[in-house]
Amino acid sequence: MDKTFARRRRRDLITALGLAVIAALVPLFVSDVYVQNIMVLTLMYAALSQSWNILSGYCGQISLGHALYFGLGAYTTALLFTKFGVLPWFGMIAGGLISAGIAMALGYPCFRLRGHYFVIATIVIAETALLLFQNWDWAGAALGIDIPVRHDSWLTFQFTRSKLPYFYFALALAAVAWLVTFWLEDSKWSYWWRAVRDNPEAAESLGVVVFNSKMGAAAVSAFLTAVGGSFYAQFVSYIDPESVMGFQFSLLMALPAVVGGIGTLWGPVLGAVILIPLTELTRSYIGGSGRGVDLIVYGTLIVLISLARPQGLVGLFAPGRKGTAR
Amino acid sequence: MTAATIFQSLASGLLMGLLYGLIAVGLALIFGLMDVVNFAHGEFLMIAMYATFFLFAYLALDPLLAAPLVAAALLVFGAIVYLLIVRFAVRAKANAGMVQIFSTFGLAIVMRGLAQFFFTPDYRSVTHSWLGGKTVSIAGIFLPVPQLAGALVSIAAFAGLYFFINRTDFGRALEATREDAGAVALVGIDKNKVFALGWGLGAALVGLAGAVMAMFFYIYPDVGASFALIAYVTVALGGFGSVFGAFAGGILVGLVEASTALILPPSLKSVGIYAVYLLVVFIRPRGLFGSI
Repeated sequence: MDKTFARRRRRDLITALGLAVIAALVPLFVSDVYVQNIMVLTLMYAALSQSWNILSGYCGQISLGHALYFGLGAYTTALLFTKFGVLPWFGMIAGGLISAGIAMALGYPCFRLRGHYFVIATIVIAETALLLFQNWDWAGAALGIDIPVRHDSWLTFQFTRSKLPYFYFALALAAVAWLVTFWLEDSKWSYWWRAVRDNPEAAESLGVVVFNSKMGAAAVSAFLTAVGGSFYAQFVSYIDPESVMGFQFSLLMALPAVVGGIGTLWGPVLGAVILIPLTELTRSYIGGSGRGVDLIVYGTLIVLISLARPQGLVGLFAPGRKGTAR
Repeated sequence: MTAATIFQSLASGLLMGLLYGLIAVGLALIFGLMDVVNFAHGEFLMIAMYATFFLFAYLALDPLLAAPLVAAALLVFGAIVYLLIVRFAVRAKANAGMVQIFSTFGLAIVMRGLAQFFFTPDYRSVTHSWLGGKTVSIAGIFLPVPQLAGALVSIAAFAGLYFFINRTDFGRALEATREDAGAVALVGIDKNKVFALGWGLGAALVGLAGAVMAMFFYIYPDVGASFALIAYVTVALGGFGSVFGAFAGGILVGLVEASTALILPPSLKSVGIYAVYLLVVFIRPRGLFGSI
């Protein structure tokens, strides 16, 4: 381990700690529920995009079907709670484990596919799950599940009077996703993934077990995404297939990382901080007319950023430091 | 389920499949030429349908007459999209794959937003056309005439495309550029011009599809999204880059969709398409006719 790398990691950790403390203090000064709502969503997408980034950025397997894991997390928690009275905390773990298991089961055939064949397979699998959930009567079919709100409590993870508990959980989630990525960056996995992403044949010949390292990335990524989905179900307390498993979620998870810097530690956080407030604000201030101005603004931004800074915006904030992605 | 219902659905599936092929072929052509997947392909279809609708609404032009005009307009549009966006996207030095996906996807979002802004989210339809609502009966099987016309347009377009690629100078330049873009520059072919025309041609083909579809489909800002996924699956099934693969893939998708609707509830008809896609690529990761 060379010195600059060690110093960089120490600086990253201190920066993260500082940001987390600042973020934790913000709600003390912001009491507006609308703004708090945006902050919760920003943290949630930072966490989701960070999870997506593990598989698609670091390991290079571009998934546009992560809505599947998000939806599975949301549904597992909601179904276990409404049908069997299982507390959401257990549902969250169960959803994560189920998603990780399914990600590996799907990875088994899918990781043989390359390029666009893989991307389309991920879309198609998530869409199939969406259609199946829309037709699954026991799980509420297209109408979805209304999670009954009993009383505010950390035990059932429901809060009707204040958004603050959700805020702190989302902050914790974003922190965990960041820490997992941080830890992975210095593990053997990160080196394997870089090799797999940049040149799978060479990696294979050097003894990297390409297939297993993809499976590992998929499992971690799916687990964290599903926990995000569980959180979202509790946060909105009503879910239906389209609103937790729709294709737009797969994109919303990918975009912060793409805008911030794919395959980088800070890219997803930066991207989420820029994109989510912007989306929410344009939607409420100019999109309310239903005339699509918010889409025009959002789409233009994505085109411009991806053309002007293909490596993401993160490089603007830390000159001289390159993302690991190609 | 009688034999007659089975034949009836397979026949409609075949017609729809030929149309899916026509929707998808532009995507296959562009991919074959320069390895780029246009994630705004569905939105190209959407604006073609709107163009057809407005030619009908303001000039009382029948979609069949509008089709060549719409195709010509899309040709220009496709070339412009290449020159303004894609040309820069393929130059990206970092994250090339991502930049292609998200620059064209951003364009798709903008186009959807513009359609909502100018045309409102209302559902439109071409209320009467020469062929609309008519059916013919062939050997006891009833076929809607607009879909039949669409299928014939598709076959004609594929035949024309085959002739174009194999028999004209530009077609040869297209083939040569797809084989080796660097080498064609040495013999004095402007790569950018070929790519721009390739995008124009791809867009014109989906324009043709849009004009035909306007006869029997509702037109709204999000209409492209549902067909785009089918188009990607069609192209991937046939094998990325293969024009013939898109034709075969389209027919296969249409037939699978119709057969699935016979067995499963209609809301699940796409599941059959997705399952066949996965099955095919798991066995043949290059699609049916794709080369390495």
